[in-house]
Amino acid sequence: MKRVTLLFASLMTCLSLTLGAGVANAEEKTQFKLAWSIYVGWMPWGWAEDQGIVDKWADKYGIEIDVVQFNDYIESINQYTAGGFDAVTATNMDVLAIPSVGGVDTTALIVGDFSNGNDAIILKDNETLDALAGQNVNLVELSVSHYLLARALETVGKSEKDLTVVNTSDADMIAAFQSEDVTAVATWNPLVAEILAMPGAHKVFDSSDIPGEIIDLTAVNTQTLSDNPAFGKALAGAWYETMAIMASDTPEGAEARAAMGAASGTDLAGYDFQLASTQMFYAPADAVAFTTSPDISTTMDAVRTFLFDRGLLGEGAPSVDVVGIAFPDGTVLGDKGNVKMRFNSEYMSMAADGSL
Amino acid sequence: MLLPFALLLIAYAVGSEIRLSDNPNDKLLPSFPTLYEAVQRMAFEPDKRTGNYLLWQDTVASLMRLSIGVLVATLMGSIVGIAVGLIPYVNRTMSAFISVLAMIPPLAVLPILFITFGLGELAKIVLIVFGIAPFMMRDIALRVGELPSEQIVKAQTLGASTWHIAWRIVLPQMWPRIIDALRLSLGTAWLFLIAAEAIAAQSGLGYRIFLLRRYLAMDVILPYVAWITFLAVLFDYTLQKFQIIAFPWFAVGRSSE
Repeated sequence: MKRVTLLFASLMTCLSLTLGAGVANAEEKTQFKLAWSIYVGWMPWGWAEDQGIVDKWADKYGIEIDVVQFNDYIESINQYTAGGFDAVTATNMDVLAIPSVGGVDTTALIVGDFSNGNDAIILKDNETLDALAGQNVNLVELSVSHYLLARALETVGKSEKDLTVVNTSDADMIAAFQSEDVTAVATWNPLVAEILAMPGAHKVFDSSDIPGEIIDLTAVNTQTLSDNPAFGKALAGAWYETMAIMASDTPEGAEARAAMGAASGTDLAGYDFQLASTQMFYAPADAVAFTTSPDISTTMDAVRTFLFDRGLLGEGAPSVDVVGIAFPDGTVLGDKGNVKMRFNSEYMSMAADGSL
Repeated sequence: MLLPFALLLIAYAVGSEIRLSDNPNDKLLPSFPTLYEAVQRMAFEPDKRTGNYLLWQDTVASLMRLSIGVLVATLMGSIVGIAVGLIPYVNRTMSAFISVLAMIPPLAVLPILFITFGLGELAKIVLIVFGIAPFMMRDIALRVGELPSEQIVKAQTLGASTWHIAWRIVLPQMWPRIIDALRLSLGTAWLFLIAAEAIAAQSGLGYRIFLLRRYLAMDVILPYVAWITFLAVLFDYTLQKFQIIAFPWFAVGRSSE
């Protein structure tokens, strides 16, 4: 009996050490992990890893980068927030709501693209946004779809009180739209394209109506980045080498896009179709211009207000200012003493200058 | 008996302390006071936006789905199970079909369920029924087959019809065994309930957990998990006690075997 107890006690000690482990410690290191998930704007990471581009740049800076694909987007952000990864692909809204609110200071290292039609609100047998009132809207609650809905309602002077939101898993959205009691959905591509192909489906609002507000980032732990600039340089180098190949109008570029399309369950045509509603920043200079423009501060203000209204900046958060968001020009939105999200154009600038 | 539980709590407290000392805003393993506050907020204060007491609202919604689903599955399990176990003709026709049906992973055919039953309460209940009824049918059929054949033969000799045998000989002996099957299915029923609520819902224990998971609010998720566990243990215990009190002969028979 005693022996069993002892064994159990030591097991539990191991457990508490495991639970406690994973907190990112400030130190120089050589092994890094990037988590990415399947989405049109992040497919380049998977391809760059397969082609050895990531390894090539990591070798150049004498480090190792492990690129891990997640099938569950939210889980990848949660794993990053818990300390299991040094970098993650996420939208501006989710970076603020999950790691930054969770106290993990996070830097937007690469601004990859913004959604320019990839996210949409679709009604069945109705063609105007006004018809949304009184309906059930199926969407992934608290996601960018929910944000898009809130922004869309603002444009017609309505609010969420005028309708009912039904939380629905993205994996089941297509099946959901085919069931009779579902009349309105808000979702993202490739689901949007599939749903629009069904009879009676009408797009009434999409992210091109709020351009530049839903931004896809590659975000890095700020502490890790400041201790290891090499990690940031290797990521930026690998990313923009991939961008150059992808954007080129050559057989090589088409092959790259076809491979990315295949990896996301479609083909070249399907992937190009999704890219058409995605404003990719193929050239680092464009990404720098976007990141340093004053618009991004306006966008983040809308985003943080959306999150605050839903209690996502922390229960008992006194105001929208509770988490500070820093911009490349040094201005801070919110609490200057608690900056947890940073937009950084430094590494993208290095890529633009060719100094990586 | 309590020692492993105490050690688990201590392990949690230590792990939480390590993480919080590094990052006071860490969400993964919140401290006990934070958990307590979250319970206060969810269970005893009306929600700011809707005015509802969220934990109770979620519990009622989930228990409705669970109880209807389990009730229907138990009814189907008992009727089909007894028919298959008792009547050779039904057995020959149905037993292979039920065995195959039981092997279909319900979550893999979700789109079909949605398109057929919609996204409302019905689909959630059907998922639970589909998840546990085939198991209960097979279990009850096997238990009926285990009854001493002398009993059946004797009843037939005395002129009992099939209906009589089912009603007077088999069913009374099946009640406690149905409770056994129910106890074994409850865990699975919870699994399907939570899966259904994760996919499309506006309230429910699983809905809340999957919603809050989107921003790693473990301070609410952990108490919800503890609450679900408590409810499940409570149901299991109640069924067990009920079985002993209502069918004392069954407990005696079991311990003498």
